[in-house]
Amino acid sequence: MNPTLALLITTAIKAGVLIFIVVTSFAYLMLFERKLLAWFQLRVGPIWCGPWGLLQPAADAVKLVLKEDLTPATADPFIYKIAPALAVLTALMAYAIIPFGTFPDGTPISIANPNVGILFLLAMSAVGVYGIALGGWSSQSKWPLLGAVRSTAQLISYELAMGLSIVGVLILAGTTDLHGIVSAQSAHHVWYVIPQIVAFVIYGITATAETNRAPFDLPEAETELVAGFHTEYSSLRFGTFFVAEYVNMITVSAIGTLLFLGGGDGPFVSVVPWLSILWFLVKVAFLLFIFIWLRATLPRLRYDRLMAFGWKVLLPVAALNLLVTAAFVALRGHGT
Amino acid sequence: MPDPAWTYVLIFFVVALVVASLIAIVPGIFTKKRPTPEKLEPYECGVPPTSAMLGRFPVRFYLVAMLFVVFDVEAASFYPWAVRLRDLGGFGLLEMVAFIVVLGIGYAYVWKKGGFSWR
Repeated sequence: MNPTLALLITTAIKAGVLIFIVVTSFAYLMLFERKLLAWFQLRVGPIWCGPWGLLQPAADAVKLVLKEDLTPATADPFIYKIAPALAVLTALMAYAIIPFGTFPDGTPISIANPNVGILFLLAMSAVGVYGIALGGWSSQSKWPLLGAVRSTAQLISYELAMGLSIVGVLILAGTTDLHGIVSAQSAHHVWYVIPQIVAFVIYGITATAETNRAPFDLPEAETELVAGFHTEYSSLRFGTFFVAEYVNMITVSAIGTLLFLGGGDGPFVSVVPWLSILWFLVKVAFLLFIFIWLRATLPRLRYDRLMAFGWKVLLPVAALNLLVTAAFVALRGHGT
Repeated sequence: MPDPAWTYVLIFFVVALVVASLIAIVPGIFTKKRPTPEKLEPYECGVPPTSAMLGRFPVRFYLVAMLFVVFDVEAASFYPWAVRLRDLGGFGLLEMVAFIVVLGIGYAYVWKKGGFSWR
């Protein structure tokens, strides 16, 4: 067979398997979250479907698929139907370039490793606003519209501080290539969470806001906006927005791991390179646990404070951190 | 010559597009539609809708979008600079300090004008 064609087909298969894994891990992330929240509140969580409720995600999926798929009479039917798919498509795109670890020969385990990886990730997270904005607008209903504009304003405000916090890492690593950033951390023998602790904290806060998680879940604040941008959605379309939200959560955790926690770096990786996948997954799971912990602990912010915090605190602090890092690197020739 | 990695990204995009399209099509297949006029009304906490959707929403959101465009374009110019800073050295640092000062003046102006406070 033609080698180019063979390469295309194997890549397509890899992509399909990867998407399947990501969607499955979404299902178990949801169960993980429900279990953890239950334990935080001294409940037991889902227990009836399978041992420890392990079949609960399957039961939820079946239930959602069998529910009636409603389209409000006032809605714009085409946009209403494609908005959830758009949300999940943009959420999945990040996995085209995330390196999950390192092969024994030093190449990254990823579908692709473009040299401007970070820019691609930021672009995808910015495009992710479309699913929410279009979904809320096309419902032609008051609550979803308010949820959608709030969500859009929040996402773009926090996107700025996130972009600036990442620049600090780029200065230290000297590359925008994701695998290059990971290798730079192993080469410098330091995870960038240490020299860039301020950037890490800002990244964590903005990532929580970008994924609409508590305490920044204003777009779906049920006490004021019913369910926010997906109020009118039912059936699998409703579930699709959840897939997108949780997949985004895994994505930002993975990016945080790559930029600040050394990616697949860890004990014994130099001896057994395959361990890098394990370390990577452990770190991602740790960050996900913190996401859920935050949700169980913190109350929701008020909207005006949320916006003021993003513009008046995070943005200047991120810019300051950037300047200090730049001064260190430019004057000393290295930053660690 | 573009980076060959983008070919793989494109393939991934096609596969993801197929998955997303399936998600958009499947919900209509397994379920029976039993629409009633009440069910198809936009949700308004149980009462019949009093008016059509708000044709307008607060102009604040528009302002935020505008500020975002201004500052995001400037933030984007940090990326190429950050990657090459090691080679640029002190000169690169000075240049960026000048850039940030200009940016800071604009930022201070917007702050003074109340662009960041939600009223």
